[in-house]
Amino acid sequence: MIEIKELNRNWREFSLTNINLDIKEGEYFVVLGPTGAGKTLLLELIAGFYHPDRGEIWIDDENVTSLPPEERRMGFVYQDYSLFPHLTVGENIEFGLRLKKISESDMRRRTKEIGDLLNISHLFHRSPRTLSGGEQQKVALARAIVIEPSVLLLDEPLSALDARTRDVLREELRKIHREAEITTVHVTHDQTEAMFLADRIGVLMGGEIAQVGTPGEIFNAPINERVAEFVGVENIIEGVVESNEDGVAGININGHRIEAVSAYSVGDRVRVCLRPEDVTLAFSRERSSARNSFKGRITQMVPLGALTRVKVDCGFPLMALVTKRSVEDLGLRKGDEIIASFKAIAIHLIR
Amino acid sequence: MKHEKMLMLFVLMGLFILAFIVLTLANMIITQITLDFSGLIDTARDSMVWRSIWLTLYTAFLATVIAFIFGVPLAYVLARKDFFGKGLIEGIVDVPVVVPHTVAGIALLTVFGAHGLIGAPLASYVKFVDALPGIVVAMLFVSTPFLINSAREGFQSVDPRLENVARTLGASRWRAFYKITFPLAFRHVLVGAVMSFARAVSEFGAVVVIAYYPMIAPTLIYERYISYGLSASRPVAVLLILVCLTIFITLRTIAGVRRDDRD
Repeated sequence: MIEIKELNRNWREFSLTNINLDIKEGEYFVVLGPTGAGKTLLLELIAGFYHPDRGEIWIDDENVTSLPPEERRMGFVYQDYSLFPHLTVGENIEFGLRLKKISESDMRRRTKEIGDLLNISHLFHRSPRTLSGGEQQKVALARAIVIEPSVLLLDEPLSALDARTRDVLREELRKIHREAEITTVHVTHDQTEAMFLADRIGVLMGGEIAQVGTPGEIFNAPINERVAEFVGVENIIEGVVESNEDGVAGININGHRIEAVSAYSVGDRVRVCLRPEDVTLAFSRERSSARNSFKGRITQMVPLGALTRVKVDCGFPLMALVTKRSVEDLGLRKGDEIIASFKAIAIHLIR
Repeated sequence: MKHEKMLMLFVLMGLFILAFIVLTLANMIITQITLDFSGLIDTARDSMVWRSIWLTLYTAFLATVIAFIFGVPLAYVLARKDFFGKGLIEGIVDVPVVVPHTVAGIALLTVFGAHGLIGAPLASYVKFVDALPGIVVAMLFVSTPFLINSAREGFQSVDPRLENVARTLGASRWRAFYKITFPLAFRHVLVGAVMSFARAVSEFGAVVVIAYYPMIAPTLIYERYISYGLSASRPVAVLLILVCLTIFITLRTIAGVRRDDRD
């Protein structure tokens, strides 16, 4: 559907290097990356606002690299909505349809349909400036979708919204994608958003695609340390594989032994990746299926709203993420002796 | 309380400069009406005065239209594109503001005179010296910076992403410009055109060098002042200022009404 081949572009402080992507028909593809990674630039290249220095973009087996944006049939939604402030909501939505030379009745019908789908028909006579952020973003979505684009490009569409509106609109995006079956490329730095919406994720870091995969692959099996760190794997510990029996590897870390499900063989130097939410804390050693269990001392506790990040020194540093309720129930305090456990299957090994 | 004292002081200082402008003009108009009303009536019946006022407005309008046609595209390019030498171009745009207007007149005369760089090849088609085209080029020279700078600010205030979105919706560059960018920058362009027009109407120094005749109003006022003194020139000045103020206030009101749509 969308094929990006060897795309290169330098623009101001951003640069994209050898981007290769193959986005499938009807797919919801999320480009996930930190600020400054070049995500928006990539999206704007796909839309045709800029030309690549090198490389090609193909849509449906047609090379569109040199086509202007108006001939690419793509819907585009910016983070800050970019509604036309001198037009009403209705005129904004009709803008693309009026350029298509379709009949007035057809236009009314399609505008109404999209208004009903997004529940914004009652806003049509209003000026965009009088709308809330969430309403504005719905209008921007409606304006992009109503022209029935072959691709929908979303540039951090939820980032400017408050938390509650963001949740609602995220749900809305999923619904629209299901109903309209539009191939969607969504750019964001928000992992929750990516996990919730994406069929597949491409991680963009420093202008390069570091990894492409399903949300499960990206979050549980990041390809390298940079991706692991970015997707919230807070425990990345170096060690050496000292045994491997039936696919369960024993890894030596500073004299401690961790068991992990892996195919690495004896002698391999590896990094143990473990998400903090996969670590459980208890005061006593219980019988459990968790293969890894270490005695340690709490060295730091950082409250993060409903969750608390607990740093434990087990001879190696270990980050655990526990709910505030658990902290209160167990009476966890800095300096406490504690048992930290995690399953062999929660571990992902990288080189 | 402290900053309110500051505000009071600022208001007083502001009033001083406003009084300076208003007093000067009002005093001239009121003096004319109270001391020599019949002189004003006689001047208002003088067809030569009206011809010169009309010529002033007409040539200023032509200059503004030309400034608009060539200045708006330049303003758009300056607002949207970064390129090597942009600072130089912006400097050139501002040059007419800093050049003394008599100097501008001499320069224009050199270029558009019968033996000038442009004047000579066009000599058999257009005559600039002591002719209407000469007045227009002089006005154009001194007034374009106002239109270009204001229009550029207007275009800069329109987020280029609006154009991007319009284009994904199927609009060509042209259509995105006249449906989105130009309407959103319109107030700035209009204000620039009004300022440009006002500057053209008030031009004397450059015009008088290249085209003493036919006489625009400022030249006529100067001529009457030199030949017959204050009492002969003042009523013409009063008439011109009344006409100009009427036009200026009307246009500003139009531009002001649209302000709500923009910001």
